[in-house]
Amino acid sequence: MNVLRTFLLYALLVICSVVVLFPIVYAFLISFMDGAEVLQGHIWPQKFTMKNYVAAFQKVPLFEYLFNSFIVSFIVMLGQLIISSLAAFAFVFLKFKGRDVLFFLCIATMLIPWEATMIPNFLTVQKLGWLNSYLGLTVPFFASAFGIFLLRQHFKTIPLELYEAAQVSGVGRFRFFWNIVLPLSRTSLITLGVYSFLTTWNMYLWPLLVTNNDRVRTVQIGLKQMQSQEISTEWGVVMAAVIVVILPTLLLLFVGQKHLQKGLMQGAIK
Amino acid sequence: MNAPLSVKSSPSVPVRRKRAVWTTLEGIVYLLPSLILFSIFLFYPMLKTVYLSFYATDHQGNPVQFVGIENFVYLLKDVNFLQSIKATLLFVCYTVPASVVLALCLALMANEKLKGIGLFRTFFSSTMGMSVAASSVIWMFMYNPSIGVINKVLSLFGISDVQWLLDPKIALISVSISTIWMNIGFTFLILLGGLQNIDPTLYESARIAGVSYWYQLRKVTLPLLSPTLFFVTTVSLIHSFQTFGQIDILTKGGPMDATNVIVYSIYKDAFINYNFGSASAQAVLLFFAILVVTFLQFKFGERKVHYQ
Repeated sequence: MNVLRTFLLYALLVICSVVVLFPIVYAFLISFMDGAEVLQGHIWPQKFTMKNYVAAFQKVPLFEYLFNSFIVSFIVMLGQLIISSLAAFAFVFLKFKGRDVLFFLCIATMLIPWEATMIPNFLTVQKLGWLNSYLGLTVPFFASAFGIFLLRQHFKTIPLELYEAAQVSGVGRFRFFWNIVLPLSRTSLITLGVYSFLTTWNMYLWPLLVTNNDRVRTVQIGLKQMQSQEISTEWGVVMAAVIVVILPTLLLLFVGQKHLQKGLMQGAIK
Repeated sequence: MNAPLSVKSSPSVPVRRKRAVWTTLEGIVYLLPSLILFSIFLFYPMLKTVYLSFYATDHQGNPVQFVGIENFVYLLKDVNFLQSIKATLLFVCYTVPASVVLALCLALMANEKLKGIGLFRTFFSSTMGMSVAASSVIWMFMYNPSIGVINKVLSLFGISDVQWLLDPKIALISVSISTIWMNIGFTFLILLGGLQNIDPTLYESARIAGVSYWYQLRKVTLPLLSPTLFFVTTVSLIHSFQTFGQIDILTKGGPMDATNVIVYSIYKDAFINYNFGSASAQAVLLFFAILVVTFLQFKFGERKVHYQ
């Protein structure tokens, strides 16, 4: 009975894995086929060719797109880590009048869907002259209520006695924040880092609005461009680009999965 | 021994007040970056959206004439907008329950203690690392009527030439299927986390009592998972109201507006037709829809679900 159950479970797990992974594996296989084979509708390539990958980098500025995405994601990650940790520190360790009102304001931001603000945001960024620049792609996403909550949850686990002891022995607040709080919260910082990098890398609507040339265009918009330009003929090349684009985030996800899972739960539920 | 400490902790009134002022100032400094950014990129634009929704605007988005609630009245009479609401609601109904139920099944399986289960967990969460753009491009190819894999497989069963993305009757379902796939990773990861948080001694007791798997699922697992389930449903709901990328790549809102969901409709009105007033009115309605969902979570979520 137990053996049967285990066997059935494994069978189900394998079937589900095949279904879930199929689109990714399919794209991977297509990316190694030459044009004729793609048009015949094969699933397994008869001959693996790297031509599509070479073409993907030659025909579109894929390298520039990747570079832009990397820079933008990295800057947003850094900005969110710095700005959220400062705010979370104030909410946990500094007691002052009006703090609860400010905290309520931060909660309120979660009620506003970003899409409902995109028209004035676009106009603002346009007026600032930030269209087609890294500034326009990054700065609007530096402040994150999710980040503040996530870090606040973790900062709250640091014993208040530690803070009081530091106060008594004359350690400045910023030094306490920098030398004690941040190192103790490494796991949460990693979680937020992975999360913000992933979401920024995958961002679609905002980059679509604020970029219209290859100099700062991110890789997601590059994919859209490619797919609409090469659509009828060169699916192999498009799929090669898809694989190149998803590889960094898939790797990041596999490495940071445990952190991410824990962090998302903490930040979201409690 | 305590003397020096107690002196320090009860300073004179002016010193204490001075210290409080300093703490306040310092607190504000720490919070300032967040507050400024929230003000510029969230609070101000939200108010501006509401403001614009009462105006007719020119092509640069400047308000020209106050029109009161005319934008809203016009929208609610507009066939295209009503179609957009219908598409959005259908899309939500197609994607949210299916995503949550499927992810729950996967999470229940992946929560079993088996050799190599970590690998399956990684597999099931993998779609979380996939961007909307990359996923949509892959699905676009899979839906391709002549060379895509879906029609190839269906042709083995004698079904041929389904126009997945061009037939107004099935386009929304096609987009929904691909969206469910994209949602699975995140939903699965959160639900698995919820399952792992359940106290293992409860399962131990259930095992000793000799109850069946289904009984245990209904009486132990699901009740204890309900907060997570509720949370993940709310997030999925909000998320599906905000869908844009897959629509833009797969169907562009077509065919015959069958997939013209609300955010795509806002995008089209504002950035293709330059009708900022009407787009803002739609954005306000989106805001209220999401507000209602969030409110329902706060109101009923806390009570109905079981907390440990």
